[in-house]
Amino acid sequence: MSTSVLKPDIAEGGGAARNYEVLPKLSPTGEMQGDLLEVSMGPQHPSTHGVFRMDVVLDGETIVKLKPVFGYLHRNHEKIGENTTYLASMPYTDRLDYFCSLTNNWAYALSVEKLGGIQVPERAEYIRVITAELTRLVNHTCLAGFLLMDMGALGTPLMYAFREREKILDLFEALTGARMMCNYMRFGGCRVDLPKGWLDQARQVVDEYPAFLDEFENLLTTNEILLARTQGVGTLSKELAINASISGPMLRASGVNYDIRKVDKYGIYDRFDFRIPLGEHGDVYDRYMVRILEMRESLKILQKALKDIPEGPIIDPKTKLRNFRPKAGEAYGRIEAPKGELGFYVISDGSANPYRYRVRPPSLINLTILEDMCIGQTVADVVVILGSVDIVLGEVDR
Amino acid sequence: MSFVYTVSGIVAIMMVFPLLFGITTVLERKGLGRLQNRLGPNRVGPFGFAQFVADGIKMLTKEDIVPRTADQVVHFVAPFVLLVPVFLSFSVIPFGRKLVLADFDAGLLFFFAVGAATELAVFMAGWSSRNKYSLLGAMRAIAQMISYEVPLVISSLTVVMLVGSLSLMDIVREQQPVRFGFLHTWHVFTPWGLAGFMLFLVAAAAESNRTPFDIPEAESEIIAGYLTEYSGFKYALFFLGEYLGLFSMCGLAITLFLGGWLAPFSFLDFVPGPIWFALKLLAMIAVFIWARGTLPRLRTDQLLSLAWKFMLPMALINLLVAALWHYSGAWDLPAGYAVRWLLCAAPVLISFLLLARHFSRKFTPRTYRYAD
Amino acid sequence: MIGKGIAKGFIETARNFVGSYTEESRLVTVEYPEERLPQKENARNFPFLVYDGEDAEKGLRCVACKICEKDCPPQCIYIVLERDEKGRPQKHPKVFDIDVSVCMSCQICVEVCPFEAIKMDTEFELSQTDRFDGLLLDKHQLAKSNEYYHKLHPTEAAAVDANLAAEKAKKAAPPAPSTAAPPQPAPAKT
Repeated sequence: MSTSVLKPDIAEGGGAARNYEVLPKLSPTGEMQGDLLEVSMGPQHPSTHGVFRMDVVLDGETIVKLKPVFGYLHRNHEKIGENTTYLASMPYTDRLDYFCSLTNNWAYALSVEKLGGIQVPERAEYIRVITAELTRLVNHTCLAGFLLMDMGALGTPLMYAFREREKILDLFEALTGARMMCNYMRFGGCRVDLPKGWLDQARQVVDEYPAFLDEFENLLTTNEILLARTQGVGTLSKELAINASISGPMLRASGVNYDIRKVDKYGIYDRFDFRIPLGEHGDVYDRYMVRILEMRESLKILQKALKDIPEGPIIDPKTKLRNFRPKAGEAYGRIEAPKGELGFYVISDGSANPYRYRVRPPSLINLTILEDMCIGQTVADVVVILGSVDIVLGEVDR
Repeated sequence: MSFVYTVSGIVAIMMVFPLLFGITTVLERKGLGRLQNRLGPNRVGPFGFAQFVADGIKMLTKEDIVPRTADQVVHFVAPFVLLVPVFLSFSVIPFGRKLVLADFDAGLLFFFAVGAATELAVFMAGWSSRNKYSLLGAMRAIAQMISYEVPLVISSLTVVMLVGSLSLMDIVREQQPVRFGFLHTWHVFTPWGLAGFMLFLVAAAAESNRTPFDIPEAESEIIAGYLTEYSGFKYALFFLGEYLGLFSMCGLAITLFLGGWLAPFSFLDFVPGPIWFALKLLAMIAVFIWARGTLPRLRTDQLLSLAWKFMLPMALINLLVAALWHYSGAWDLPAGYAVRWLLCAAPVLISFLLLARHFSRKFTPRTYRYAD
Repeated sequence: MIGKGIAKGFIETARNFVGSYTEESRLVTVEYPEERLPQKENARNFPFLVYDGEDAEKGLRCVACKICEKDCPPQCIYIVLERDEKGRPQKHPKVFDIDVSVCMSCQICVEVCPFEAIKMDTEFELSQTDRFDGLLLDKHQLAKSNEYYHKLHPTEAAAVDANLAAEKAKKAAPPAPSTAAPPQPAPAKT
């Protein structure tokens, strides 16, 4: 299929050469050149997980070129971080990946603690692990629901997933005061101690969760239509995944054994015994199944943590809440967020505001490989592949 | 006399079935809601059953936008080309012992001829909108509907073969004799009838664009489908046409396989025929709603390969099995009916398993290893 | 066998359908506004000012130190200190406005307040027709009594009262070196 390719006249922007290939401009109802059709799956779309646009060039049904366009949700998070104090940036980190606010908080707190050399007491570490694993459960459950809704199951698995998510959000509300924008971690520990009866409630939720997972798997995992739509679709090879800095469940579904909880052993993760599920083919089904299996491992961690949590202080008594001025230096703190490697790179110059505050968003970096995964697939698969990458626009655009 | 009968029949059909459509939309939303652990609409009217009235008023008061470059005549006529054949197809379905509007000798043929016209309406809608995306959606819809006509017709062909008549009244009457003292011989109680009924159900779901075959309807994933440029009441007319198509397909399935207006057991014969018909229709609608709440969508190419590579061979084998059933009725087999049933069911099952294995070889549940 | 997975899916949804009539956990709709879920004790929405006693002006704990105004991330608090005729600062805010359309409920103002004067309310049905002035809450709208605070967050309010009483006792104790009462532990921030 020969495509007519035009190179644009290069002489813009100070003479810098832009050497990309531009396909002829197509208007929605105008004439088509060749056999290519350009579709803009626009920012308002029921299946793109937020305001996200994909310019897709089609040859019949198969995709020839795909260009993701984002930035519709850009909120100057990093610039705001340069203009506010360290503490005041914490509520803004909630809003990065708005499904998983507690892991965002932890990543930021980790990087600032590295910067300031602050120690965290043990009870606070246990609370952090518990909330992070609960967040992982929330995220992966919602992902399974959203992926199936994109495939057309009309929201039934999504409703079941949300029913379970409500229980965990109730736990978060009892602990932190808000369901989603938790603002709970502080530099040196957590903001407030567990209320009375919270541990029992949490244990009850964790005990009921495997039954829900079994139901969910009954509904979906052996469903032939799901298998037909996800197996062999959107394959990502091991080499390409490593070269493109993919992280998180997408990487593990392609067969790479890399989980930051095992590699960095941040927090107290070395005390917990959990396994890392690996996929083999790197297609959509593998990514979905790796997340389901990860949920079961998270339940194991939660059960042990809820049993072993000690008494004690929840914040380092030497930390200052106001006028926190760490020494000049830089630090990069990263955690295994449910979506991948979430990292915060903070440079301090000794004042109350950071000099540079940079977020490494896993959703954005996982999204860079979208075109390579989608070329050769049909249009109906693009939505499914995008769903399996698990993006949240708040993180992609910051 | 017969003129009055005909006109009153027409009026009755045109009032009952759109009302049923309205109630079905509410039932569907409430049913899907309960499947998804939530309540459906329950504010308008008693338990929310007047919701369709509110929706109808909303559709009527919406602005009717037609693109300037669209083909005005075809765009306007398309919903009617959908609706008129569907209403026509209701005229041959027997609802009761003598309750059929037009008792043709070739009733079944008329039904299929008229049903095929609905596919034309879909294409007219997509073509006249002068929109690349709706044209693509319409093409896919046409491909799907044409592909599924074949198993549909062939599975009803088995019934015609055994009954020997294309008239729907005759087909129902042929299911009236009683076996074992109380069981009416519905075609679905025979192996070829059961297989034919399953094939017919799946093909009917595909014909009326229901999940899991609703790529044309819920195509908002990618392209908005052939319904993009329709707003307001014309959109409602399209949905009316689609649901009425579903009802008439269900009506035909009931007539062919489920014994039409007959009761299942002969001691229940005192209940009038239309009530049985209505109960069976509601049961089939419930099954479709259940399927809609459970299954994700198939991709277009998978859908088409299912029709041509799986359902067509099954339908042809079903035809052979029906012939076997007919001739084995005259054989004198030990243990009579049961052996005859098993003998005829065996080819169907074996071919199903072989074809299914061929398909499912590509898609298997996998096991995962853990890193150490 | 093909079809087994689909059949399992059907059974699952049928179980949920039947269960929505029989089990409570399978019908999770709360028909708002007739039914409401009870608020959790720690829930937070927008801030309010606490006053002790009956008089909203004189009992107001806030001394207009402006720490919350400085530390608020979206800077939604606006405080003007009250001064008397000679210009001496009174420990009282003349103007205390919070723009709740800007406030992001982060609770940092509550954490940094040294006088336990601002706490989080749980009121969320705050729709107005005017989105500028209607959502700018002033001192009179924000001031709510300590009894109200006890009703909202009993545990927290009891701890705050205990801290304030301990601080008052420490201040009232004579600052003599040898026979002074043992030093009270620093009040823990909640």
